[in-house]
Amino acid sequence: MTAFEPWSEERTSSIVAAHTHLEGPLMPILHAIQEAFGFVPEAAIPVIARDLNLSRAEVHGVVTFYHDFRREPAGRKIIKVCRAEACQSMGCESLVKHAEDRLGIECGGTTADGRVTFETIYCLGLCATAPSAMVDGKIIGRLDTAKLDKILSETGA
Amino acid sequence: MTIRIFIPRDAAAVACGADDIARAIAAATQKAKLKADIVRNGSRGMLWLEPLMEVEDNGVRYAFGPMTEADASKIVASLAKTPASKIKHALALGPTEQIPFFKKQTRLTFARCGITDPVSLADYEAHGGYKGLERALAIKPIEIVEEVTKSGLRGRGGAGFPTGIKWKTVHDTPMGQQKYIVCNADEGDSGTFADRMIMEGDPYVLVEGMTIAGIAVGATKGYIYLRSEYPHAEIALNEAIRNARAAGLLGPNVAGSAHAFDLEVRMGAGAYVCGEETSLLESLEGKRGLVRAKPPLPAHKGLFGQPTVINNVLSLAAIPYILSEGAKAYYDYGMGRSRGTMPIQLAGNIKHGGLFETAFGISLGELVDDIGGGTHSGRAVKAVQVGGPLGAYFPRSHFDTPFDYEAFAARDGLIGHAGVVVFDDTANMAKQARFAFHFCAAESCGKCTPCRIGAVRGRETMDKIIAGQNTDANLAVVEDLCNTMKFGSLCALGGFTPYPVSSALNHFPEDFGRPARKLPAAAE
Repeated sequence: MTAFEPWSEERTSSIVAAHTHLEGPLMPILHAIQEAFGFVPEAAIPVIARDLNLSRAEVHGVVTFYHDFRREPAGRKIIKVCRAEACQSMGCESLVKHAEDRLGIECGGTTADGRVTFETIYCLGLCATAPSAMVDGKIIGRLDTAKLDKILSETGA
Repeated sequence: MTIRIFIPRDAAAVACGADDIARAIAAATQKAKLKADIVRNGSRGMLWLEPLMEVEDNGVRYAFGPMTEADASKIVASLAKTPASKIKHALALGPTEQIPFFKKQTRLTFARCGITDPVSLADYEAHGGYKGLERALAIKPIEIVEEVTKSGLRGRGGAGFPTGIKWKTVHDTPMGQQKYIVCNADEGDSGTFADRMIMEGDPYVLVEGMTIAGIAVGATKGYIYLRSEYPHAEIALNEAIRNARAAGLLGPNVAGSAHAFDLEVRMGAGAYVCGEETSLLESLEGKRGLVRAKPPLPAHKGLFGQPTVINNVLSLAAIPYILSEGAKAYYDYGMGRSRGTMPIQLAGNIKHGGLFETAFGISLGELVDDIGGGTHSGRAVKAVQVGGPLGAYFPRSHFDTPFDYEAFAARDGLIGHAGVVVFDDTANMAKQARFAFHFCAAESCGKCTPCRIGAVRGRETMDKIIAGQNTDANLAVVEDLCNTMKFGSLCALGGFTPYPVSSALNHFPEDFGRPARKLPAAAE
């Protein structure tokens, strides 16, 4: 997985500055911040608010509305399993249970050693090759216990 | 002679190993000293066969699938001596276009998908691309709008609102102000992937459709609001937009005309509710995706308060055909007030899952049993959910329902974005009803009370029902909640969550601890 930069005010400001020519720049800015730092640090919010002339509450409101934006760093590997209807019909829930048991965490959490974040995603649009998952941004179709075990073993779980 | 070998770049193919297979093909061609062009095409839509490799032989493409690296290497190696048409292999499927699933379709919107190199502008133009724009530039903007109205095209995102009327409203707002074309590519419904496939497999058709929309209503700027779960579509769209801009098909003088139009892709951030058009506009503006009250309509006050056409990917992708072939050609397909074709997506527990574009009117049973081949597990079909997480669950007794907006509505269901998710007899419909509430609770924007609170209470009450506590009293609560949500919610998220819940309860009461329903004797 990619190494992230440590947070800095200067870098945050320069990311904001690189997007101010856009109409409605906040979403692209937040994506870029997360891409740079791996999450949207609390300290970034007042900087973005100041540079865009918004209130901190407005920026906070946007960050917390969207599932994608993380407020804390994720684990070194991010496993997202689709749990929407098409994947349910192909047994994704038993895969989720299997992963939870092996990782010792509930879906939505990060292992204590910071190795893995295991999350739900609603629909990757791979509904005819279900169940599906996304591992560090790489998509996987026809997920089964064997494929899942291989992914989990790579994390050391 | 150079052989052309096709292996899709479509996400569904890639998720099943197409990238590795493309590398294996390249290695095998080198080893066999074969002169070959490896084309990363879109998907043909027969997703149970993905990764599907095709090899051209005398102008006919032969299919092999589902491919593994070893099989691909072996088949490619044998191409040195044997033409594709003569190769004997367990995974040889014959000419791609003779496969019944493909042959039975009417591909208007998806005419090029899987055939061309998605990002090659030359390929797009060689296959009839930009003919629609050419015609649009030759007629008056109002005539473009009339053409779309006459085609009978209705919004493919789910609501089914006539596209031409939306365009007319924006067209009639005063000129000289900023207007926008917004493409809703926030395809969040489980069981749907047609938007993704067309954006990855033929992105220019969307670019062309949006350009025509811009010229028709006098908008100079377009946004494609794409969900973040679709990274491959983002790459394909941006490549197509860059190429179109370089060729002068986007920019200050579209195709040398006096019309200006340009496009930008914007990424969502995992919020299902942003597929609702006003929530999407808020998100594009950089705000929380809170649903707006209507009126004002987006056509009057949309993005940044300006007149805005907001259409689904499939609606906009249908436009080039309508312009180049004429409204009548499109209108002649379909039934009743559902005109043209619908790219139907067969998904979930189904043997032959994929994209099936056909004229409206085909029955649900034909889709699931004949085209789809029944369940993947081989067990009996219990229920089919049509139209995503907000769509109704239909039992087999409803399989005679024709694919038509009004026919589905008459049976308390909806077509939505035409995703069909099949469940076998192991499904528990009380759990599915619980999930409908759970999903609504997770994705509610929180603006209106029926949705924000109703979904949470509904999930809690379903938990009690599943645990067998006071079943009758709790089911009465669920029914009451459904009524409140249906009639009191601001948008379709809260308003349609009752569809899966009520349909599950009505058709499968035995899963909710109620006596099974006596089926009426054959309705026909």
